[in-house]
Amino acid sequence: MSQTIIDKITEQQSNLPGREGFLAEFTDRSMAEFRRLGIPAVKHEEWRYTRVSGLFRLEMGFGTGTSVTAADIDAHRLPDHEEATELVFIDGRFAPALSNIRHNEKELVVMPLSDAATGEHADKIRAHLGHSAAYHPDGIQALNAAFAGIGLFVMVRKGFATEKPIYIYCIADSRTGYVFAQPRTLFLVEAATQVMVAEHYVTLGSGESFTNEVFELCAEQDAVVEYVKIQDEGPMASHVGTTHVRQTGRCLTNAVTISLSGRMVRNNLNMVMEVEHGESHMHGLSLLNGETLVDNHTIVDNMQPHCQSNELYKAVLDEASTGVFNGKIFVRKDAQKTNAYQSNKNILIGEKASANTKPQLEIFADDVKCSHGCTVGRLDEEAMFYLRARGLGEASARALLLHAFAADILDRIGHEPLRRYVDRLVSQRLAYDIHNGQ
Amino acid sequence: MYEENDDILQQVTTSEYKYGFVTQIESDDAPKGLSEDIVRFISGKKNEPEWLLEWRLKAYRHWLTMEEPTWPNVDYPPINYQDIIYYSAPKQKLAPNSLDEIDPELRRTFEKLGISLQEQKRLTGVAVDAVIDSVSVATTFKDELAKQGIIFCSMSEAVQEHPELIRKYIGSVVPTTDNYFTALNSAVFSDGSFCYIPAGVRCPMELSTYFRINAANTGQFERTLIVAEAGSYVSYLEGCTAPMRDENQLHAAVVEIFAGEKAEVKYSTVQNWYPGDKEGKGGIYNFVTKRGLCQGDHSKISWTQVETGSSITWKYPSVILKGDHSIGEFYSVAVTNNFQQADTGTKMIHLGSHTRSRIVSKGISAGRSNNSYRGLVQVARKADHARNFSQCDSLLLGDKCGAHTFPYIEVKNPTGIVEHEATTSKIGEDQIFYCNQRGVDTESAVALIINGFAKEVMNQLPMEFAVEAQKLLAISLEGSVG
Amino acid sequence: MLNIQDLRAGIEEMEILRGIILQIRPGEVHAIMGPNGSGKSTLASVLAGRSDFEVTGGSVEFMGKNLLEMSPEDRAREGLFLAFQYPVEIPGVSTTNFIKTAVNEVRKHRGEEPLDAVAFLKLMKERMKLVQIDQSLLSRSLNEGFSGGEKKRNEIFQMAMLEPKLAILDETDSGLDIDALRIVANGVNQCRGKDNAFLIVTHYQRLLEYIEPDYVHILYKGRIVRSGTKELALELEEKGYDFIKTELETADQAQQ
Repeated sequence: MSQTIIDKITEQQSNLPGREGFLAEFTDRSMAEFRRLGIPAVKHEEWRYTRVSGLFRLEMGFGTGTSVTAADIDAHRLPDHEEATELVFIDGRFAPALSNIRHNEKELVVMPLSDAATGEHADKIRAHLGHSAAYHPDGIQALNAAFAGIGLFVMVRKGFATEKPIYIYCIADSRTGYVFAQPRTLFLVEAATQVMVAEHYVTLGSGESFTNEVFELCAEQDAVVEYVKIQDEGPMASHVGTTHVRQTGRCLTNAVTISLSGRMVRNNLNMVMEVEHGESHMHGLSLLNGETLVDNHTIVDNMQPHCQSNELYKAVLDEASTGVFNGKIFVRKDAQKTNAYQSNKNILIGEKASANTKPQLEIFADDVKCSHGCTVGRLDEEAMFYLRARGLGEASARALLLHAFAADILDRIGHEPLRRYVDRLVSQRLAYDIHNGQ
Repeated sequence: MYEENDDILQQVTTSEYKYGFVTQIESDDAPKGLSEDIVRFISGKKNEPEWLLEWRLKAYRHWLTMEEPTWPNVDYPPINYQDIIYYSAPKQKLAPNSLDEIDPELRRTFEKLGISLQEQKRLTGVAVDAVIDSVSVATTFKDELAKQGIIFCSMSEAVQEHPELIRKYIGSVVPTTDNYFTALNSAVFSDGSFCYIPAGVRCPMELSTYFRINAANTGQFERTLIVAEAGSYVSYLEGCTAPMRDENQLHAAVVEIFAGEKAEVKYSTVQNWYPGDKEGKGGIYNFVTKRGLCQGDHSKISWTQVETGSSITWKYPSVILKGDHSIGEFYSVAVTNNFQQADTGTKMIHLGSHTRSRIVSKGISAGRSNNSYRGLVQVARKADHARNFSQCDSLLLGDKCGAHTFPYIEVKNPTGIVEHEATTSKIGEDQIFYCNQRGVDTESAVALIINGFAKEVMNQLPMEFAVEAQKLLAISLEGSVG
Repeated sequence: MLNIQDLRAGIEEMEILRGIILQIRPGEVHAIMGPNGSGKSTLASVLAGRSDFEVTGGSVEFMGKNLLEMSPEDRAREGLFLAFQYPVEIPGVSTTNFIKTAVNEVRKHRGEEPLDAVAFLKLMKERMKLVQIDQSLLSRSLNEGFSGGEKKRNEIFQMAMLEPKLAILDETDSGLDIDALRIVANGVNQCRGKDNAFLIVTHYQRLLEYIEPDYVHILYKGRIVRSGTKELALELEEKGYDFIKTELETADQAQQ
């Protein structure tokens, strides 16, 4: 990375909001970290399969956040959005004018991080912002942190349970050139609440974009949190996203990550289980074609006894696509009676498709039950034959089996309308594949 | 029950390493340190041809440009490579004419270790090459094997007697530049075993090399080369021990296996280098590169290892599956106790079509030790219908040890099928109580459970050594349950 | 053979057994019944020496020795057998190998020579018939993947192999269908003799239809509150445990 790009980024960073108090200190510290660490190269063990250095080029722009209208977003709205709170990021900047907050203030707090950092929630920002950094000590995380001045603060207040989802749209506008977007959200879920939050990543136009986002979520005692990430960006989009979930009270979290397209996509998901008897579920589906690479990196950190985590990631890899899975499970010394399960299953369809998988268990407690498994293979030929013997064409037999393979993950989306929405995206894709196959 | 088991743990962890004695024998040493002169000195001692010296020097020069790897999950103070003696040979008559001429002190040493150098007292069906510090002191059954065209001798002898074979195969499977320790080994290796099985010959007995480090401040850098020509078969075993010393000693070996069409090589290791004392003082650094090449179609290479010794183990016996329909296997039991650290596993590189590999790894950690499995399964673009199955299980005993699993799976061919399963568990109190209730005491119960856990691997060992290895496993661990 | 005097035991701060008094003589079959949580399984575990429970008072004499001072394996070697309610799985260790180890440990304790392979197999074949257990089951890993019925049969088979003085059957009937129950009971009955005794812990009367007890005791809140013959079990079956509860509570109130 050349000095001129660093200068350009530095200049941009110094003109962002949030230039006072803790936030300024935080972002400047992060900027220094970025300068020190630089962009991770392939030599970096955690970036073995994902090349990001080529994305940092002089022509990258930061967008103005004003080029997008409500009508541009319409095509990407999630189901029953009229009933939901919709929060919009354009090119990484939170856009209040395009957002619709449909919860009342007693239930939900939504404000720019730069305001929250100086107001009544300042203590919370101090306590929680940047907690993810320790799990990914690399330049790209630091770079997002340096841009936290344009980020968003969301808080679900204590005792509040709602059916109404919270939708977050992260939109990169590639219509006027290569855009670099860095959304950042700090999402607090206070005690005894239930909430569903979905992030939808899309691109406007078919140009090149690079989204580098960090979503930090902290769930307190007795919270029930469902989190769904739908990554459906343009063919020239690159994406590095980190979802960092902390359980600071005994609670239940359910995370589903769906990746459908893009050029190079990296999804980090951290599950930090800080108290006893926590329960978490992590599911992921990658449905890839073309030359798309999707790299799912997950970390489960069991810090206290009796926690239970369950993880299943699946990938269908067509054409020349590449699926990467890297799943770490840490069981710390005090985390006795941990029960952690992890599984990664890949189906290779394309002649040039690849799957790289690296499950990792690091266990320091003795009374634990952990297992992981992974498979790479083709569609079950016996099942294919069975279906064809019953009269199904090869393409429909394949689509049927692939849909069944994906259904394990889709079923994990608890919010019914959203599940149907994602199911439709998946079915369309499989139909498209069939079409291509014929 | 906790307290009681802790007592047993105490007893066991204080039990002595059986092979920790030192043989008092005069030795012929090189001066400490490493330089081109030392490389020339070693080569000169061995009366090597010019090309081999050049080969060593090239490796040495390359080594100078390399950095010691830091990626393994092990932790040790920096090694001072100038503080090591790179050549140490017991003083005895050069090249004894018969086994009877071997220094009686050396003979006694090996007898104490349970290795008889007298052919009439041999273990049935096992030929031994005995290596002490930097040199081979005896090889049994050479003549009998030669009748079938099998060459089994020390590396030094092979350089003199069969230079064309050595020149053809040395470094062909593990290039000198492969990694830091292979470059070091290539520059300073002093001896080792060479074994050549001609086409179509089934080796009638187990071949084995017994390695012993004796001298202080020395490193051991041996090289083993096994060539199995088309249609041949050989089963090979290595064993190793070292005296108890407070210092850490470096062992950086290279093993190369070449298998021709339809050839089969089975390589078993019972590694019992001195593991250091219960405070973690002393012990061998075991940094070893082992690799087999399934060059021919339908060839098979199988690694079996029982790793109980060494303070640090860094070792990944691998197979390159180049021939179509070739098979690679890796069976491993790694036990760590006290302050031992092991980072071990395998690489299975599938290049040919219809290649198959199987990995069974069982890690057992006790005390304050750390045990890591690290493995790579790679299916190349052209390796149609490759198949791999891996099973890696960890068993934890006590709450101060760690078990880690780092499998890498890279598949570039859609016809490949790769499956990996791993579990981690502990010996349950309920299991121990159940055994107690049937009259089996805690120590025997642990031995029973451990042997059950490791059975799949132990079954792969040649009969003669399975019993020995099972005992070793029990000694390394018995009672260390908490 | 077994003499329990005022046995008190519990877990952490909670006292579960609150003064058990029980004598068992050779040749006798005793049944202990009681509602859930009355301390039945705790009694079985304490007698076998499970360390989860702390003995806080009383004494237990077994074959003239102080049982409570012995390690679990020594209790087993002296001839006390516990058929587990939940038999433990031990992967990789075959049942045959396990039992052989156990049998020879017990023989060693008695000062007898270990059984050689031939004698052991002969004994095994003979005892296998008692519980209609299959050879293939015995070559599999101990209890791993066994059905509930197979596990319980395996327990009784081990009992038959070890020939204990006193066998404690901890809810051996739970989870068994009627066929399996019959097989298990039949196995037990064939092991009955004038020198050995049984202590059958159960929640239901139905096992006692097949294994006829000499004495029935009702355990409630950590004490034996009634003892009788097998008619007591029938009465219990008919009236349910509530009748005991009501009866005792009335008695308690009368005392106060």
